[in-house]
Amino acid sequence: MSELVENPESKAESREPKVESPIATTQTVSRSSTLDSRQSPGQRAWRRFRRNRLAVGGAIFLIFILLFVLIYPFFSPFQPDQLSDAQFQPPSSTHWFGTDVHGRDLLVRLCYGAQISLLVGTVGALVSLIIGVLWGAIAGYAGGRLDSAMMRFVDVLYSMPAVIFAIVLMTAVEPWLKGWFATIGLPVKIARLVVLFAALGSVSWLTMARIVRGQVLSLRTRPFVEASRVLGAGPMRILARHIIPNVLGVVIVYLTLTVPAIILYESFLSFLGLGVQPPMASWGSLIAEGVGQINPIRIYWWLILFPSAVLVSTLLALNYLGDGLRDAWDVKGGS
Amino acid sequence: MYFLKRLAFTIPLLLVISVLTFALVRCAPGGPFDRERAPASPQIEKRLNEKYHLNDPFWKQYTRYLGNLLHGDLGPSLKYRSHSVNDIIAQALPVSMLLGFLAFGFALGTGLPVGFFSAVGRGRLPDYLGSFVALLAVCIPGLVLAPMLLTLFAIKWHLLPVALWESPMHAILPTIALGLFFSGKVARLMREGMLNTMQSEFITTARAKGLSENALMFRHGFRMAVLPVISYAGPMLADLLTGSFVVENIFQIPGIGVFFVNSMANRDQTMTMGLVLLYAVLLVMLNLIVDFAYAVLDPRVKYE
Repeated sequence: MSELVENPESKAESREPKVESPIATTQTVSRSSTLDSRQSPGQRAWRRFRRNRLAVGGAIFLIFILLFVLIYPFFSPFQPDQLSDAQFQPPSSTHWFGTDVHGRDLLVRLCYGAQISLLVGTVGALVSLIIGVLWGAIAGYAGGRLDSAMMRFVDVLYSMPAVIFAIVLMTAVEPWLKGWFATIGLPVKIARLVVLFAALGSVSWLTMARIVRGQVLSLRTRPFVEASRVLGAGPMRILARHIIPNVLGVVIVYLTLTVPAIILYESFLSFLGLGVQPPMASWGSLIAEGVGQINPIRIYWWLILFPSAVLVSTLLALNYLGDGLRDAWDVKGGS
Repeated sequence: MYFLKRLAFTIPLLLVISVLTFALVRCAPGGPFDRERAPASPQIEKRLNEKYHLNDPFWKQYTRYLGNLLHGDLGPSLKYRSHSVNDIIAQALPVSMLLGFLAFGFALGTGLPVGFFSAVGRGRLPDYLGSFVALLAVCIPGLVLAPMLLTLFAIKWHLLPVALWESPMHAILPTIALGLFFSGKVARLMREGMLNTMQSEFITTARAKGLSENALMFRHGFRMAVLPVISYAGPMLADLLTGSFVVENIFQIPGIGVFFVNSMANRDQTMTMGLVLLYAVLLVMLNLIVDFAYAVLDPRVKYE
């Protein structure tokens, strides 16, 4: 404590200077040795990111998990839906993570569930990214009345409880989507997944829209944008060529922070039986199955511990990665 | 004046929300009587639909609903037809609210000190420890924590009751299971707020005037640093109220969560509408209170 309070200057120096946005970094020169005018902001962010061991560790862990859940099912002797008489086997050399109430191998089911959870998290975050970036960029670039109308709409959605809205949206859209899938010949089974992507994405884009709008507002008066306008570029070209590439850093940071949030929503919904439907599995539904087997006589700890551990460690890695990216790009706030 | 304006804005806001949910709930195919145990004969179903005006055009249904709503009547539950939605809310909401507020208190009570002392010990052991614990908490949702606490403390060691909602002892595990996630969020916000505050100029001025470090930290620093936490408190309470669905499910607590989840599965449209509106009103009110608290705490904030 004494160091912090008695010598404020040394602290101020040791801290990385905080800047409002990644755009601003290009203008503030001569701060630290890493600032090299030949480097693009992206390269500088990458260098800062590489030095953050926790974030790099998180990224490596995520790649490992991803590869494992994709590859392991091919080598496993068991199928995710393969029933057997070996019910409630504790972890052993044949069933590394034990088996569940139907004698299914938990490790394979966990890989299968992880694929779904990660897929929902990523696609949901991408949906939120597309809506959020478009909404924020258009509002910020158009300005004036359109801007205030669009942002008022965001305010309205902010005052709706997100999970509840997602649930209502899902139940309203799903039967309709199922019918549509049946007519165009797609498997009806994946309708629920698509609905999950859409519902979770469409309740998670609000923060993204606000941040992008703020960035665009400050960007559109920059000389290089005005120069482009003078040279006769239309609004679409300016958005696509100048504005969007410049907000990309912030967008990537929030994308990484949105993925764990959506994974949490998904596990929440699946736990309540409103998300993915059996025999499909996700981390949430696997934990729910484990909870369903809690009884005072025997404790099937592996049914709860393993899905929980994978969920928690993935969320942890995603958060470290997101925080690391945020520090690397010097984005303020947001948690 | 500002608050009157805000208050006036909430009315159209709630109207928009109600139209939106009403449309979503009504346009979903499948009626509330599709899944009755004995398949109702077409006549019975027709009578039921007539009785609850489900065949009327959308706007007529909506205005009727709104008219009843103005009298504070959320209508009958279409599933539990002997109960009105008001009855069910009156019975279950207090339980959920109590759990939510207990968890809120737990989150603030643990999150604020952890965040505060992490920031004070910046770059040293308490900070690393505190920050790690806070991040870990943010990664442990209630649906992971609740089964673990339940298995360990209730089933294995018999220290606390397994389920239900009767004595204060019954509240301990659900409160922790629901609150820990938010403790982590609060701690992270508090740490960041404190770090930003301790660098601001008014702190330097106060230090130059010779205030003791304790006074700086606790009286001046804390007050500013807690502001991000305050502005998070509104959404947090809303999340606590909805997040309790899972915890209520695991600990068999007779709160509102089970009604909401069932109302979705049963297409109990009036119930869904009532609960969504309830949450919207709660959220809007909480955000108002939060803004008010913000203005009281931060003398620089002036609403015009």
